[in-house]
Amino acid sequence: MNAKNRLTASAAAAALLAACLSAGAAAAADLVISNWDGYMAPDIADAFKAATGLEIEVVNHATNEEVMGKLMASGGKGYDVVFVSSPFAEILNGQGLAEPIDKAAVPNLANLYPEATTLAYDPGNTFSVPYTWGSTGLCYRSDLVEGTPDSWMNLLQPTDKLKGKTTMLATDRWLMAAGELAKGYSVNEKDPAKLEEVKNLLIEAKKTLLAYDDTTFYSKLVSAEASLVQAWDGWCNYGITENKAIKFVVPKEGSDLWIDTIVVMKSSENKEAAMKFINFILDAKNHAWAAQNILYKVPNKAAMESLDKALAEQYPNMAMAPADLVKFELLRDLGTAQKDYSRIVSEIKAAN
Amino acid sequence: MVVPCLLVLSYAFFQRGVWGGVEYTFTLENFARVVDPLYAKIFLNSARIALTATVVAILIAYPAAYAISRAPRMTQPILLFFAVLPFWSNYLIRTYAWIVLLNREGLINNLLRTLGYTGEPLSMLYTESAVIIGLVYNYLPFVILAIYSTLSRLNPELMEASRDLGAGPVRTFLRVTLPLTLPGVAAGGVFVFVLSIGNFVTPALLGGGRFQMVGNLVYDQFLTANDWPFGAALGAALILTMIVLLLLQARATAHASGERKAEAER
Repeated sequence: MNAKNRLTASAAAAALLAACLSAGAAAAADLVISNWDGYMAPDIADAFKAATGLEIEVVNHATNEEVMGKLMASGGKGYDVVFVSSPFAEILNGQGLAEPIDKAAVPNLANLYPEATTLAYDPGNTFSVPYTWGSTGLCYRSDLVEGTPDSWMNLLQPTDKLKGKTTMLATDRWLMAAGELAKGYSVNEKDPAKLEEVKNLLIEAKKTLLAYDDTTFYSKLVSAEASLVQAWDGWCNYGITENKAIKFVVPKEGSDLWIDTIVVMKSSENKEAAMKFINFILDAKNHAWAAQNILYKVPNKAAMESLDKALAEQYPNMAMAPADLVKFELLRDLGTAQKDYSRIVSEIKAAN
Repeated sequence: MVVPCLLVLSYAFFQRGVWGGVEYTFTLENFARVVDPLYAKIFLNSARIALTATVVAILIAYPAAYAISRAPRMTQPILLFFAVLPFWSNYLIRTYAWIVLLNREGLINNLLRTLGYTGEPLSMLYTESAVIIGLVYNYLPFVILAIYSTLSRLNPELMEASRDLGAGPVRTFLRVTLPLTLPGVAAGGVFVFVLSIGNFVTPALLGGGRFQMVGNLVYDQFLTANDWPFGAALGAALILTMIVLLLLQARATAHASGERKAEAER
């Protein structure tokens, strides 16, 4: 290679490098969004770009705790919009990390059910917008369970036939909620005496349990490894998809109301785009995607009314009315009582 | 490597904020909570499970390593290769494979059914044994390697000398081979124990969350309870336990080699 060629080659390399750098700069998105894997339409970035010309980058988190850990470590930087469950939205707001929702920039808020705009943790949707909501109840194999379970006690004190065939959610708040609801207490109960009763009930229940499971309980039902499990309604629907004998019921003592929300970070440098994104999600067609594909109820009246009636026939819990849902109590952040809860859950899990 | 550890440990001296996170007010409360009988019980329980896994792993690994070291020189690398082969797949995948094997509708129960076993399917998954199986399986290759390395360095003349002096094979093994390979056994054993006691994936998956080990406890404090300071204090206690064990092991090794030197001088 002579000198001239070498020069050309290095110039070409430099040009290539420059091209790479500028491509890298162009790829830097307008918004970074953290969500659970599969919780939005896979083509959301393209659809959003087509509608607004804005680029979004979607990163996934497996759990609320994971994204919260990242946000706490970075002081909220690096993300514009995060999807978290309501108690975590409450924490973000409590820590001053959540940006107020700019109502004027989100006209599609009008699509929400009135019930979804007066939720106890954030009445008036000041810092969060609900994305999906539902209940926690019993998911069971109607062909393997005698009669229709209608009480949390069916799970906590199962018949001999069901012993070793039940699972409970592993996440501490829902694990506690099953015991609290069975006793007729609040799912945010803080009275130590009442918590002690709940603890004893749950330690007894542990002896009859197959496992604590909050990720694969519905597949355990499908494989008949379990017959009756504590489940979020949407996840029970995944079981129903695979086996029609699987049914969901909210026990007579009630349920909690869980809500996954969208929060804009105060540290976001592109809040206007973030509000546009929320408005885009709340569009009836886009929001209906979640109901159709992840089988969770969405608090969007226009979206729910656009759904095919067959969906609610196959998955009856999809038809649960908002007025009935909001009768259930929300899990709230416990503040200092969190220590008591985590100790009790440790005690339950360490019990033999 | 040390800086993140120290940073996390420093959290142990602060308080959990009301909204989670860390509030920078000095306190020793977290350490007081660690010595609570409940957590002590979880520590002891984890130690028991880890110790059982260690003993089982050594009992399996020693004969395996012995067989490999006695195999023809050419085949030894191949055998070692097979011993470490499982490590080419992800820890989680290996653990899920055990779920497929052990569950009530799993391979082992299906095999039993095919062989004519008609009773209730065996409940093997979500038991303490399943947790121990998972731990042993995952750390076994390390123990085999550790024991193999001391066995292969053993001077064959020592065994000949023992035979010449009239000792049978059993006596030779017990008096010569075993004592001289104990450092390898100890190294492998401490390895399994230290990794097992802090493990949280295996108890969560194979124990169905029904067996709380220290690793799970630390994990829960950091991620579920959002109580970093207490999680850090528990982590500190765990690391301290491990350091003490490693020091004891180092001392034992030094002691053993010292003894050997003294014997040689005699």
